[in-house]
Order: sequence, then C-alpha cells, then structure tokens
Amino acid sequence: MLAKRIIPCLDVKGGKVVKGVRFGCLQPAGLPVELAEKYYAEGADEIAFLDIGATVEERKTVVELVRRTARRVFVPLTVGGGIKSVKAARELLLAGADRVTVNSAAVERPELIGELAREFGSQAVVVAIDAKRVGAGWEMYSRAGSQATGLDAVQWAKQAEELGAGELLVTSMDRDGTKQGFDVELLAAIGVRARIPVIASGGAGGLQDFYDAVAVGGADAVLAASVFHFGELTIGQVKAFLKEKRVEVRP
Amino acid sequence: MIGIVDYGAGNLGSLGNALDWLGASYITASGPKDLAGADKILLPGVGNFGSALASLRRTGLEAALRERVREGTPFLGICLGFQLLFEGSEESLDASGLGLLGGRVERFTVARKVPQIGWNRLRLTRKTRLFEGVEDGAYAYFVNSFAVKRTAPDLVAARSEYGESFVSAVECENVWAVQFHPEKSGPVGLQVLRNFVEA
Repeated sequence: MLAKRIIPCLDVKGGKVVKGVRFGCLQPAGLPVELAEKYYAEGADEIAFLDIGATVEERKTVVELVRRTARRVFVPLTVGGGIKSVKAARELLLAGADRVTVNSAAVERPELIGELAREFGSQAVVVAIDAKRVGAGWEMYSRAGSQATGLDAVQWAKQAEELGAGELLVTSMDRDGTKQGFDVELLAAIGVRARIPVIASGGAGGLQDFYDAVAVGGADAVLAASVFHFGELTIGQVKAFLKEKRVEVRP
Repeated sequence: MIGIVDYGAGNLGSLGNALDWLGASYITASGPKDLAGADKILLPGVGNFGSALASLRRTGLEAALRERVREGTPFLGICLGFQLLFEGSEESLDASGLGLLGGRVERFTVARKVPQIGWNRLRLTRKTRLFEGVEDGAYAYFVNSFAVKRTAPDLVAARSEYGESFVSAVECENVWAVQFHPEKSGPVGLQVLRNFVEA
C-alpha cells in the first residue's frame, strides 16, 4: 500500500509565492525556495510549483527556482504552468523537476500528452483538470480557469489517461481558495474510473477536508496552498490527523 | 570517486544533487574508460529495460561493469539499475539482463494503478550495510511498473507490498541495489546513499 501524499503547492509569480482565491486576487506569501525547504523539513511528500505568470521571462525564473530547490529538497518536484511543448518540459525536468503538469496546451492539442509520455515516461506527465460544476456534472476549464472548454471534466480525465497521463491533478474551481473543503464528488467521479493516481486540489480549509479527500473522494494525494503558506495548518498536523484516522501517511 | 554510469537513460541531475549534498565526489561515465578512475559505481536509470541494455552493450559499459563488479568494486543500482542486474524482464522479452543476480523482472499484476508512484514501506528482511541507520518500516519513494517478485532469499535486503510482495532492495557482498529512488526519498534515501558513499 502506498502512503497518501501531502503536497504543498507554491503558486509562483515574479519569483514570489502568491496564492489566489477563486483564481484571482493574489497576495504574496513568501519566497519559493525557502518555503519549499521548510515544507520538505516538515515532511512534505512532494512539492508542486505552479508558474502562474507563465510568460517566457517567467519561465526562466521558474527553471532557476526549480534548479535551486532541487539542490536542497530531496522529494519529487512537480512543476506546471504554461507548458506547451516537449522542449519546455525538458528544460524543467533537466533543472530538477520530476514531473510536469499540463492543462491548457493539452486541451488545445491533446497529442501533447502522448508526446510528453513517449519522451519522458508517463510518470513524468501530470494532466491538470480544472473543473467547475455545471448541472449534474463538471466542465473542464483551461487558461488558468478563465476559459470554458465545453469538455466534460470526467470524460476528459479518462481521455487524458488513455493519451498517456501518469497522474491527474483535479482542481475544483468552485472550491479553490474558499477553504470550504474539496469537491469530493468530483474526486470520486474521476477516481472511480482512473487507473492512475488522482491528486485532490482546491478547497482545503481544515483537517477534516484532507481526510474527506482521501476517504470519501478516494484521492491518492492532496494538494493545498494557502492553509500551509499562512500557517493555519502544518504538514505535520495534517499527517497526525490522518494517521489517527487510520489513513496511511509517511511520518 | 563515484562513477555514475550514464547511458542516456534519463536525468542524472537529481542523483548529482543528492551526492553534492552528501559531499561526495563523482564523475559521469559514458564509456568504459571513464569508469577506470572510479572506486565505486552507481548505475541509475529510468526508462526501458531493453534499450538500456542495448545502450550499455553498444558503449562497452556492460563488459566494464561486469569486470569491476567481479573485482569487488562497491556497486549500487537504482530503479532500472536494480532491474538490469537480473536475468531478464517482462518489459523486454528479447533482451537478456546482466544476470548478476538470479531472478526475473515481472509486471505488477494485482494493484489497480500501475505504475506504482509514491511512498511505500520497506520491510527490512535482515541486517545489511545498505540500510544501516534506516528503521524497519521506513518509507521510500518508488516509480515502477515492473518488479522482482522472486529471487534467492539471502540476497534480499528489503521487501515491500504493492498489491503483492516484491523485492525493494538487495545486497550481495559488493553489489547493492534498490528499486526505489533514494535521491527522492527524503532523509531515508539520503541515509542509504550515505551508506554507499561511506562503504
């Protein structure tokens, strides 16, 4: 059995960590390499960087951040934001990332998922699913949550897996930044069909939310940002709570 | 000086970072000559079993590796570098492995999600130098679709469970190998690498 992973996510813009509420209103939260190191020392199972500037100049900053982090942090690093090509992914992987996350570019050109998987292996390819509730289902959004794609999020998740994704990062846009808990129904709808790991994202507020994501939503890993950045919860607290509830976590 | 065998399979940067952190010096060896100056050999690897072997044979590294291992040079295989030591793999049926250890690499068949990606527990089967300072039940980070399920029990240093039991580490005199990624396994992984560096 694998331990459930706790993944702090660092949304990076202009070399700083910022965290949005409902994909807007950014407030600075600290310096990325230092934060990553702190989370590593606290027991983070993985560190995620999301480049929310995702411009060409920003990319260089992120590559440098990844390079500096990888020299000091010895758990997997996942990096996403604006990756459109094998070349861009290679640059991040060579800098020390273990996986890259793609969303918009994969929606626009689904072959990208297969190209990345063939080049680097499926384990290096995470497909991000930004989903918003519409009626009885969920719609897939791209471009940092600004553009409706018309795709059914659950079907797109399945397709992404078939195309070669190694993991799915499932973000509820309705919950992101609200601290009202993860959308466990969305997680379960995708998770029950998936034969690759599902990472829950969007909505962490309290300890119970982490438990619900894995126990009710069936997620393999849980990603959160602001609850960690603003010191509301520590990774140790989350793990102690899950352990008490008999969820397997790495001490 | 550790020689990291570079046969073009994946990124050696993370391993280099971990060795830098431990203060160990290393060179990357892309041919037999590069290995001459190394007093320890590290065989990493991510990718396909058959193409890794083809590359090791083409570059002459296979023969050099065999000779150095026979001479008693401390050796550590990681992930695919662990699997390559065995006789063959279900991943590449037409390729024979290095055959330094008995047993075959097979696909995981019980777990629903393959590859295994994540932190799994090490059940230490005996006292080894490889795991000095590591507790039984410690977690290590794995990424693999294939695993060795059966080999001589006295080779095994640790087993883990992923739907079924598999060998997560072996130690046979100077030949050490781990299925997990010590360079990504936090303090536990760094301890394993330190044990090799200081061996």
